[in-house]
Amino acid sequence: MADFQSIKTKVEDGIALIELNRPNVLNAISRGMVAEIRSAFETFDKDEAVKVIVLTGNEKAFAAGADIDEMMEDDAVTLELLNQFKDWDQLHTIKKPVIGAVSGYCFGGGFELALCCDLLFASEKAQFGFPEIKLGVMPGAGGTVKLTKLMGQKKALEWLWLGEPMTAKEAEKHGIINRIVAPELVVEVTLKFARTIAGKAPLSLRLIKESVQFAADHSVHDGMQLERKNFYLLFSSEDQKEGMKAFTEKRHPHFKGK
Amino acid sequence: MFETINYESRAGVAWITLNRPEKLNAFTAVMHKEMLAALKNAGKDKDIRAIVITGAGRAFCSGQDLGSSDNPDYGEVLRKGYNPMIQELVSIEKPVIAAVNGVAAGAGMSLALACDFRIASEKASFIEAFIHVGLVPDSGNLYFLPRLVGHAKAMELAVLGEKISAAQAKEFGLVTKVAEEEAFIQEVEAFAVKLASMPTKAIGLIKRYMNKSWESDLSEVLEYEALAQKTAGNTEDHKEGVSAFMEKRKPAFTGR
Repeated sequence: MADFQSIKTKVEDGIALIELNRPNVLNAISRGMVAEIRSAFETFDKDEAVKVIVLTGNEKAFAAGADIDEMMEDDAVTLELLNQFKDWDQLHTIKKPVIGAVSGYCFGGGFELALCCDLLFASEKAQFGFPEIKLGVMPGAGGTVKLTKLMGQKKALEWLWLGEPMTAKEAEKHGIINRIVAPELVVEVTLKFARTIAGKAPLSLRLIKESVQFAADHSVHDGMQLERKNFYLLFSSEDQKEGMKAFTEKRHPHFKGK
Repeated sequence: MFETINYESRAGVAWITLNRPEKLNAFTAVMHKEMLAALKNAGKDKDIRAIVITGAGRAFCSGQDLGSSDNPDYGEVLRKGYNPMIQELVSIEKPVIAAVNGVAAGAGMSLALACDFRIASEKASFIEAFIHVGLVPDSGNLYFLPRLVGHAKAMELAVLGEKISAAQAKEFGLVTKVAEEEAFIQEVEAFAVKLASMPTKAIGLIKRYMNKSWESDLSEVLEYEALAQKTAGNTEDHKEGVSAFMEKRKPAFTGR
């Protein structure tokens, strides 16, 4: 694995843990950090030893926002030429399950990064929000789009216009996070869940993720066409044979991801 | 450091004393700010393991200083002054004791209700004073009072606004202990120091999840307990408690 400056990574029991590591600036997300996350995601997506990716920050902050200093002097043309969101776009192409473990501040670009995860586990003290409006800008890495998809237009507008922080409880109510966890146990509980997922049939995990992501963005009809193809596709896997055989033989299946 | 309160720490206990005795420690906007700062400080300070709130002079706190604010919007006075203070107090994962030395009226009573324990001097009294000026209990009073004394009693106290003596407060379950006036401070001190030497991380967890129990169903509480126990089981104090028990000695808890 490359030598990272802004993140730390480790692999254990089939789980790749990525920790955002700019504690002095509450894990403010720099362009370099996103490039490193992308690189780690892509490496782990290919790594056979990794079944699930977990992304976390530290106790104080998942990430308190984007690195403001870095973009303060930018203009529209420099931003267009820089094309910084290319790295962000790649975060959505990961096939393996990605689970976010959020403690503390999760604001702006940090919130957008969390929303790139398939599932989110959050500390009961975590705070989410898009404060961009207070700086005279707006979210740029999918915030307005994803929040709207999750909570609907009216609620999303209220949060985005006010820019106020949302508690974990509110985030759970709006379907933004999966579970609220005691602050002391966020990473532990998330890793435990990740290990449970890691024991499932890998190809099923993959194709379910693809189908669900597609369904969120397409018509019921189109979604069902893809679902069907993916369903058929699994019948050409060894794991389908093993899974169904184990079921009839009343034993645990041994999945190989093939 | 503060103008309207005193803040001292000794033996692991932060003592916050409302200090406007000539006004019976009535709240002003400055006092709200200072209380908030003092509570935040006590919450963050790792050496502080218990907090005492008391009043200077003969009153605990007589509530809002009616002469001090020209803001006609009482709702805003609450949102800006009282509510953040109460929220902060409740969110501190350390035991907070109201040492009710004298009258606790109106929002002064609310402040005492938001604490985890109330120790009253025999001279103390509680009054739901709001109704006497045509107002409603605030600063968490409507939340804490029925939870502490039950709905029927709370309604009676809030609507009739009669003075409650320390002895009655004990009878209603509002206070943990009533102390003779001469021994009051020593009793509070002993209680606070005792709490500060207990496994305070576990006390914080009890406070966190007992508060949440009001808004949760049984299955949620069972899960909270599992999470809390897992956390408590990882503390040094748990290990210390178990080894002290095995070695038949007194445990020395550190709050970690």
